Amino acid sequence: MKFLSAHRQKLPIATQALNPILEKSRNNRGVSDGVFRWATGLSAAIIPVGMLGLIIVMLLNSHLALKEFGLGFLTSDNWNPVTQEFGALSSIYGTFVSTIIAMLIAMPMGIAVGLFLVEWSSPKVESFFGTAIELLAAIPSIIYGMWGLFVFAPFMADHVQPFVNEYFGFIPLFDGPPLGIGMLTTGIILALMILPYVSSISRDVFKMVPSVIKESAYGLGSTNWEVTKYVTIPYALHGIIGAGFLGLGRALGETMAVTFVIGNSHRISASLFETCNSIASTLANEFTEASEPLYLHALVALGLVLFLITITTQVAAQLWLKHLVRKAGGS
Amino acid sequence: MEVMAPKMNKINLNMPAYIEEPEYADIAMSVHNLNFYYGENQVLFDNNLDIHKDRITAIIGPSGCGKSTHIRTYNRIFEMYRNQRATGSIYLGDQDVLSQSVDSTLLRRRIGMIFQKPSPFPMTIFDNIAYGMKINTNVRGSELAGRVEDALIRVALWDEVKDKLHSSGTDLSGGQQQRLCIARAIAIEPEVLLMDEPCSAIDPIGTAKIEELMLDLKSHYTIVIVTHNMQQAARVSDYTAFFYQGHIVEFGDTQQLFTNPKNSQTEDYITGRFG
Amino acid sequence: MQSNSLKMRKAVSRLVKVLATLSAVIGLVALIWILMTVVSRGIGSLNFEFFTELPTPPGMSGGGLANAIAGTLVMTVIAAATAIPIGMLAGTYLSEVGKGTGMAEFIRLVNNIMIGVPSIIIGIFIYVLIVVPMKGFSGLAGAVALAVIMLPIVVRTTEDMLTLVPDSIRESALALGASRWRTTFDIVFRAAKNGLLTGVLLAVARVSGETAPLLFTALNSSYWFSGLNEPMANLTVTIFNYAMSPYTDWQAKAWGASLLIMVSILALTVTSRFIMKRQGRQ
Repeated sequence: MKFLSAHRQKLPIATQALNPILEKSRNNRGVSDGVFRWATGLSAAIIPVGMLGLIIVMLLNSHLALKEFGLGFLTSDNWNPVTQEFGALSSIYGTFVSTIIAMLIAMPMGIAVGLFLVEWSSPKVESFFGTAIELLAAIPSIIYGMWGLFVFAPFMADHVQPFVNEYFGFIPLFDGPPLGIGMLTTGIILALMILPYVSSISRDVFKMVPSVIKESAYGLGSTNWEVTKYVTIPYALHGIIGAGFLGLGRALGETMAVTFVIGNSHRISASLFETCNSIASTLANEFTEASEPLYLHALVALGLVLFLITITTQVAAQLWLKHLVRKAGGS
Repeated sequence: MEVMAPKMNKINLNMPAYIEEPEYADIAMSVHNLNFYYGENQVLFDNNLDIHKDRITAIIGPSGCGKSTHIRTYNRIFEMYRNQRATGSIYLGDQDVLSQSVDSTLLRRRIGMIFQKPSPFPMTIFDNIAYGMKINTNVRGSELAGRVEDALIRVALWDEVKDKLHSSGTDLSGGQQQRLCIARAIAIEPEVLLMDEPCSAIDPIGTAKIEELMLDLKSHYTIVIVTHNMQQAARVSDYTAFFYQGHIVEFGDTQQLFTNPKNSQTEDYITGRFG
Repeated sequence: MQSNSLKMRKAVSRLVKVLATLSAVIGLVALIWILMTVVSRGIGSLNFEFFTELPTPPGMSGGGLANAIAGTLVMTVIAAATAIPIGMLAGTYLSEVGKGTGMAEFIRLVNNIMIGVPSIIIGIFIYVLIVVPMKGFSGLAGAVALAVIMLPIVVRTTEDMLTLVPDSIRESALALGASRWRTTFDIVFRAAKNGLLTGVLLAVARVSGETAPLLFTALNSSYWFSGLNEPMANLTVTIFNYAMSPYTDWQAKAWGASLLIMVSILALTVTSRFIMKRQGRQ
């Protein structure tokens, strides 16, 4: 048998001196590419290092409060700078309740807007509403806050709360003075702020539902809503949950809009009409007043609680979305 | 060897027939026992091949047979991807280009490459060609302009674009874009030109022009063309290698390979029984 | 479902459709309501003085917010000048250098989490990191806080935009003997130019409306800035302080400042959308 490479035995092999023209030289591109790798790598490293720094700095500046109050910091609602007693419960309560109200409103509305855009509107209408949603997301939170305080809260006080109070006042949730500001108003404004996030992600995931699947459901005689309920929403469910996580993260940490309309009182009350506070609003209001170390440490500890809450939802959202991408890639 | 064993059973193990031993001086590149892996998955198996100087060598075979992968080792462009790995040797003259002491950017100045999809840079026609010279040579000013013109004339694009040298390269037609890419590659005077299915995204007229151009260029350049189009290989190439499942099944003089293949698989392929 | 008559099923379907349409309309009404409020209440304050004069003491009419406009511009520019280059390099790492490595995966995850960290937390971080050691609120601290918020946004958009550039362009440049860094900056960046610009504009838009991180970093001031180590006037904290004040003249100025910020941000958003559309056409 004659081998293809028979004559190659004569060829020089790699042990022989290389023609210098192809050899790597130190003063050449090798160095520039090295600089490139290092510069980009170090810049990227700033992100995890910064995150770690943030956690360390916050721990170092909250330990006084954490040591003093321990778990009681989370379970006491007594927040009194004068007596130097600090319990975060009312802020935590306000953060969660306002977020829950916002989610209860924004999730169904956002999904509905997504459906409206994908299923029942012409490209022109979709593009118009798409732009509107984007603008709604671009408005800075302080403007939501001002509008909430000066326009929406009076509207609530004059038109909505008296009505609700009259007909639903027997429920403790809706029993209270029609101040305009308070938990319910905060929740509604937060809902408006996260609505763009939920609806634009819903729109994107609804668009990914293959039309073949929908068509076959229509072919079986299903109505619009039945196709949506039994085909579109289940198919897009993972994406919608991801959208929920992102909206949740935003609502939990929102500061300015909440500070304007929540009323900023350290108390827990059953009525949604009452004033309250949230972690972020407490920080915004009191941080510059903290003169004693313990007060400052209590506020930073409050920030740490908020950080841990949002980081948990973020990690959950990221892992969820990653799992989603993997699933989409695999099928 | 263990890795390839199961696949080897399925195909004909006859060693490729070889026509005659060429003179050493006629060989521009020589591939020795080239194996290639995507992660754990081996896709090239002991490839041995000589690329003749100033000739056109065509690489044919059914899609997925590894023909593109094979030539992508010549200029080490595969190194861009983290999980791709080649073993063996590829000699350019007396240097093994796969050796880690070889600088891949210097190597790529000597081995140009044209890709399947025309990929002009997002800059003007002039800058597209000048870019390679600017980064690789000290040519500047009027000499640079002259060289750009030369390159465009050589790919027969000059008359079509001389009035719009400063408009975007991405505005040209597909065939023109591909000729621009060829001009860009030859402007830095490589020794070898690798063409990875250069006509697959181009209309028949553009294809004819590029084939004509290749025949023109072969007096100065060693050309290796990967093509899925057997007629194209037969029209332009001097030598042809037939790849199947990562193996070089047959290599030889183009005319002989197409008229009188030594291997039954080659015969099946060129007569259209598979692929 | 089977027990329902066809009529019922169709009615339910219609009802849902109406509710969905209603939701979209509610969103639109809210947008218009907010825009109208800000425009109608703010437009009256936007006179020549507003852009050229310093603020007056409470109760006195007249004066303007020139110092706050300047302060917001200065801090935004410093933040952008810091965050954009670093963020682009880091995004380049994720898309070009470290692509496919565990390190890049990890950094991407941390970066995405960083985007979701509430901006008030960043304010606290910078307060403890810069304001406390420097023994005072400062424009520098405000700028750094804005930069920290901007950085992860720039990283993400840079990575996203570079990932959109097809590998064939990278291969062509490398095959021509270009080094990795030249391929990236000469060719890939050029191909992604519009997308990168969009990302930068959106990041600037995002931070220029931020208030919470400035509350206890830059604080505010009623004077021209005299240095980066002094408290610095800025529009958003001014809006907060003025809006919460009992003086109608201050409240009117807060609406004027809101209108200015809103128009700037909407202009940035619309411009970036336009640039992106042009990119899509190319």
